[in-house]
Amino acid sequence: MKRFIGFIKKEFYHIFRDRRSLFILFGMPIAQIMLFGFAITNEINNVDIAILDHSKDATTEEIINKISASKYFSIHQFMDREADVETIFKKGKVKAVLNFEKNFSKKLIRDHKATIQIITDATDPNTANTISNYVNAILIQYQKDWNKDITIAYQIIPRTRMVYNPELKSVYMFVPGVMTIILMLVSAMMTSISITKEKELGTMEILLVSPIKPIQVIVGKVFPYIFLSVINAIVIVVLSIFIFKMPVQGSLFLLAMESILFIISALALGILISTISATQQTAMMISLMGLMLPVILLSGFIFPISSMPLPLQMISNIIPAKWFIIIIKGIMLKGVGLQYLWKETLILVGMTIFFIALSVKKYKIRLE
Amino acid sequence: MKTILYIIQKEFKQIFRNKGMLPIIFVLPLLQLVILSNAATFEVKNIKFGYIDKDHSSTSRALVEKFNASTYFNVLTDFPSEAIASAEMLKGEIDVLLQIPQYFERDLQIEKHANLGITINAIDGAAAGVENVYVNQIIQRFNQNIKMDVLQVSDKQVQPIAIETIPLFWYNKTLNYKTFMVPGILVLLVTMITLFLSGMNIVREKEIGTLEQINVTPIKKSQFIIGKLFPFWVIGMGLLTIGLILAKVIFDVPMLGSLTLMYFYTSIYILVILGIGLFISNFTDTQQQAMFIAWFFTVIFILMSGLFTPIESMPKWAQTLTEFNPIRYFVEVMRMVMLKGSGLNDILPQVLKTALYAFVMNGLAVWSYKKTT
Repeated sequence: MKRFIGFIKKEFYHIFRDRRSLFILFGMPIAQIMLFGFAITNEINNVDIAILDHSKDATTEEIINKISASKYFSIHQFMDREADVETIFKKGKVKAVLNFEKNFSKKLIRDHKATIQIITDATDPNTANTISNYVNAILIQYQKDWNKDITIAYQIIPRTRMVYNPELKSVYMFVPGVMTIILMLVSAMMTSISITKEKELGTMEILLVSPIKPIQVIVGKVFPYIFLSVINAIVIVVLSIFIFKMPVQGSLFLLAMESILFIISALALGILISTISATQQTAMMISLMGLMLPVILLSGFIFPISSMPLPLQMISNIIPAKWFIIIIKGIMLKGVGLQYLWKETLILVGMTIFFIALSVKKYKIRLE
Repeated sequence: MKTILYIIQKEFKQIFRNKGMLPIIFVLPLLQLVILSNAATFEVKNIKFGYIDKDHSSTSRALVEKFNASTYFNVLTDFPSEAIASAEMLKGEIDVLLQIPQYFERDLQIEKHANLGITINAIDGAAAGVENVYVNQIIQRFNQNIKMDVLQVSDKQVQPIAIETIPLFWYNKTLNYKTFMVPGILVLLVTMITLFLSGMNIVREKEIGTLEQINVTPIKKSQFIIGKLFPFWVIGMGLLTIGLILAKVIFDVPMLGSLTLMYFYTSIYILVILGIGLFISNFTDTQQQAMFIAWFFTVIFILMSGLFTPIESMPKWAQTLTEFNPIRYFVEVMRMVMLKGSGLNDILPQVLKTALYAFVMNGLAVWSYKKTT
């Protein structure tokens, strides 16, 4: 036991001696969470649009004013010819062109009906669709003002309540997601690299013939990283509470325990990666290339899992990050306890045990 | 020239000798392109929908039937009580809850209006917004139907004005998400592979000690660097080629623009990435450090590239930051050329900025590379 503690101490020294890595290790998550918390949003604001007004009358002017006054759109330019729409789209200057038909006002007064074309650059389907919805919403409001003297009989009035995130802040989506990628990648990458490094440099052999048991070698290597990751997790949670005003409705203690569980699962994955790779390069490429995109795309961090095709929804189940994101959101935003999260927690525990068991098996084979 | 060729030969041999790396360089990225492109969609469908019907009237049943008929909603159970329903919502079993109060039908007939409770799980704010739109559309249509039923006989009211909108979705009529995501993800994979490989490469020689051996040879700095980086450039272009073929064959992504233009741009772009990789290599002592830095920038570059979330929605300072993001330009160019058929003239700003970037990065990299340690 004394030897083991000595070994852990050595590993700590190793890490703390390398100032540059430490700086990177702690600086990066802070920089990333700040950047993403403030910068990234999947809302649509200030979309540049162009106006093609064939009518140029009081009504179209009023509508254009309404549109440019909304926070969703800023009018990039006024155009005269339909033929220019193609050019302006190809340059990527605007995302949409609103095309008002001729005699707009007259038609509206005479026939009670007039038409606007919303031409969108639908290479980005989401933006195109949202633009179209927003323009419609503004127009509906405009028509309501115009029609307000007409009483409408029979109406169902929906009273909508947005729960858990009433202001629809997208930072509530991004903070748990960024926290997850940071913990996942840093933990898995660090462990896999530090173990393969010993292998590559030949020092692993030396460790293995020493009186320290192989399992102790692994635990000793992993332990300092658990410590570092926990500090990282604390920093991220503190930042998200104080800077982004993320609520923690549920128990902080539970959040801490679940984070440790997730860190251990990521470390176990790191160990597994190190057992199958011979060089640091391979270990890094597996943890970066193999984990980064799947974690970002399949965890529900950015894209809703329920909209994915069924096979992908099934694949997402084997991504530990998915379960951790559900857990963090549950604790922080919904304020639920273990009675609601036991399933996700059990899955994480199961995965961790599986990774460890598999690495132990692989590890033994390598030694024989 | 001969020296460079030897170095290139040596590097290629080294890459291809490492059997473990080959699948990681070629198979893993392409597999991800094929699989993950399907995951990236902001469409909101299969919404888990629950309701509490306290009225049990024909109107309330008709309303629920409307939701059932919609393709967006998976209508689940009629929950017997609010407590059970909110517990289900906490568990994440339902996203949207409709509460139909008692006397809903009676209120509608006598008072001419009735209230309806809607609760939406808004943790994903964007999805919640879309769900709200869907719910309101269905209710609006239901409203209109009731009005029609009643109003037909005595339609003497003033006719309200109606502004009709005709949405036209250019370049992607069916709003197919894959068309949009495949070029973007391909860009990512090409970038990640070339950055990680080049970033690790020289620092690896440093760490193992072989760089010292090279330094004592008469090889020139520039020869060494060109020889080192050229193979990664080739790998990047190779990945792009296979990726484009897969994009066409599997996803049928339209390729309106010129392939030559795409290759021309990519050939400059990869130089930027290689310059960054080399620069990282020069400033780090171990592969571990190099990878942390490369990873740090990659995550930032990816999330701030406009690939997943629009750049226009970012605050002004963040938009300015994206000017320094090479992935941003690559994503823009790929989407513009492939999907809209933009020409050299249209992407000239991106080409110029990328070329300048390549020049600066490689200049810095060569400058900071010291043959003597």
